[in-house]
Amino acid sequence: MPSVTFILPDGSKKSYEAAEGETLLNLAHRSDPDLLEGACEGSLACSTCHVIVDSKFYDVVETHNPISDEENDMLDLAFGLTETSRLGCQIKITKDIDGLCVTVPRGTRNISLDK
Amino acid sequence: MIRRLFSSSKNVPRVCVVGAGPAGFYAATHLNKKLDSVIIDIIEKLPVPFGLVRYGVAPDHPEVKNVINQFTKLAQQQNINFYGNITLGRDLSLNQLRQHYNAVLLTYGAEEDKTLNIENEDAENVIAARSFVGWYNGHPRDRDLQVDLSGSIAAILGQGNVALDVARILLSPIDELKKTDITEHALQKLAESKIRELYLVGRRGPLNVAFTIKELREQIKIKNCNTIWREDDFVGVADVVSNLARPRKRLTELMLKSLSDSLKEQPAENVHKFFKPIFFRSPHQFLVDDQKHLCGIELACNKLIGDKMEELKCVPTGDIEILKCSLAFRSIGYKSVQVDKGLNFSNGLVINDKGRVIESESEDLAKLYVAGWLGTGPVGVILHTMGNAFQVAKVICEDLQKNNHDYSRGGFEEISKNILKNNNPVVDWQGWTKIDKFEIEQGKKNGKPREKITSIEKMIQIAMA
Ligand SMILES: Cc1cc2nc3c(=O)[nH]c(=O)nc-3n(C[C@H](O)[C@H](O)[C@H](O)COP(=O)(O)OP(=O)(O)OC[C@H]3O[C@@H](n4cnc5c(N)ncnc54)[C@H](O)[C@@H]3O)c2cc1C
Ligand code: FES
Repeated sequence: MPSVTFILPDGSKKSYEAAEGETLLNLAHRSDPDLLEGACEGSLACSTCHVIVDSKFYDVVETHNPISDEENDMLDLAFGLTETSRLGCQIKITKDIDGLCVTVPRGTRNISLDK
Repeated sequence: MIRRLFSSSKNVPRVCVVGAGPAGFYAATHLNKKLDSVIIDIIEKLPVPFGLVRYGVAPDHPEVKNVINQFTKLAQQQNINFYGNITLGRDLSLNQLRQHYNAVLLTYGAEEDKTLNIENEDAENVIAARSFVGWYNGHPRDRDLQVDLSGSIAAILGQGNVALDVARILLSPIDELKKTDITEHALQKLAESKIRELYLVGRRGPLNVAFTIKELREQIKIKNCNTIWREDDFVGVADVVSNLARPRKRLTELMLKSLSDSLKEQPAENVHKFFKPIFFRSPHQFLVDDQKHLCGIELACNKLIGDKMEELKCVPTGDIEILKCSLAFRSIGYKSVQVDKGLNFSNGLVINDKGRVIESESEDLAKLYVAGWLGTGPVGVILHTMGNAFQVAKVICEDLQKNNHDYSRGGFEEISKNILKNNNPVVDWQGWTKIDKFEIEQGKKNGKPREKITSIEKMIQIAMA
């Protein structure tokens, strides 16, 4: 079974075994409900499942889970967006990405949106 | 996890949250998670929970409303209570709450509409977007809104996501709306709508729009509807696009692409609706005919001046444009209501520092906090509201853990015994589940996920049955 390591905002690490084909969000919810939010339950409407993929894994994740315009649209709202940001609900874990490592960004920031 | 029995326990802090929208629920979630023991009472003006998730989020965005499932799980916990049909400022005062709780968190949102304060704003068919949204979403306050959709041209003043929600509802094929939980009265009116042309008017330029890309993409994709931009509005935009931060860049690129598509293609034959965003126009006055019906809007033309694209100032050119239309929506934002004279406001929100309401401290009164739109102003999507609510809840946890005092306050028991009047029925979570079930059953009859009850009396009647 593919394993996934989450690096939490406080720097600590947690690793879990994923079932082949489940999403990263699903694994997170199943393993520790506090790990990732996932407010829209994986329907690409909230971006609270934002994770930063370790750059070593980014391309292989992208090959197996191509990023859509809609995912990029939601990522545009995420806090602390990076070059290797993805939405956890859009990444299916397969054995090709065994050992995957993702960082859970700090979920909050002061709002500085224009109206 | 086994929690202590709460009713008998004296040393459990009691927190009152006022307003059952996302800010209230997310803050309660965090408090419940981080404190060893706590009793949280959520007080809500309406008999039903969820605030703008129920009454703001568009009916064709059911995915966004999935947050309700998490809120429901929280509310089902023994130490979390929902008390609907109680209005702060009417049924009880802030001081009364603060006497009976250890912390009071206000999350009652921003319910008032900002106005333009221009001539004839009170004309028939000049409508607050907020009321229109409330009307199609079944808010009891807006059920009787009169909106005349018999003209062919309408305009929305404002370029945020709410404006795009209104545009999408007005321009979407009616068959798409039929499958949603849009209220039946709105569906029938919209089915007869004659609107063909819808303007979206912004004071500044394409680089200043406040809507987000997801909403624009949806708008552009509406079946049988063409998006038409004014080429002149985009002068110079393509030159700066590569310097913009990613979200603004992608949004601007999408507008530019849509512009070039619309210049290239002739509208297909089946296109019978047009969406027309226009920029650099400030509404000066509404024009009315002798029956006081709206017949147009006088717009003052603006231009941007300055050297740096990011620091441009918007100034009037002195020209005016007359936009003919028979219906106008004002969508320029909200402000919060001062429900209690003990609250100090500035710019439409409660003055606060990281959620702590700034005021002189008092031993007898619980500390006061604010979160969500009431504390941040009416900006941002649920994600931002969530972030803010978590931050404020963290501050509350810190304060509660610092004070080692005896938590012997009476909480809701005291409130209901001594403060609420007998003729004020309180709708609890079980009452809401009855309303919920009823609405879902009513919806089934019309092939919809839900048909909302729009009368408060009827809600209470069902909840109390
Ligand atoms: C039209 C519209 C569409 C939106 N669509 C989306 C979307 O698609 N996606 C998205 O992510 N975000 C959307 N948003 C933004 C989102 O709704 C807000 O970020 C969020 O609801 C703010 O939460 P809140 O808890 O601060 O306020 P609210 O959700 O407004 O909750 C406030 C609650 O307090 C209650 N209340 C008011 N006065 C009192 C009183 N005196 N006493 C007791 N209770 C009171 C109200 O009834 C309400 O239940 C939309 C907003 C609007 C206006
Ligand atoms: S869970 Fe909402 S976008 Fe992934």
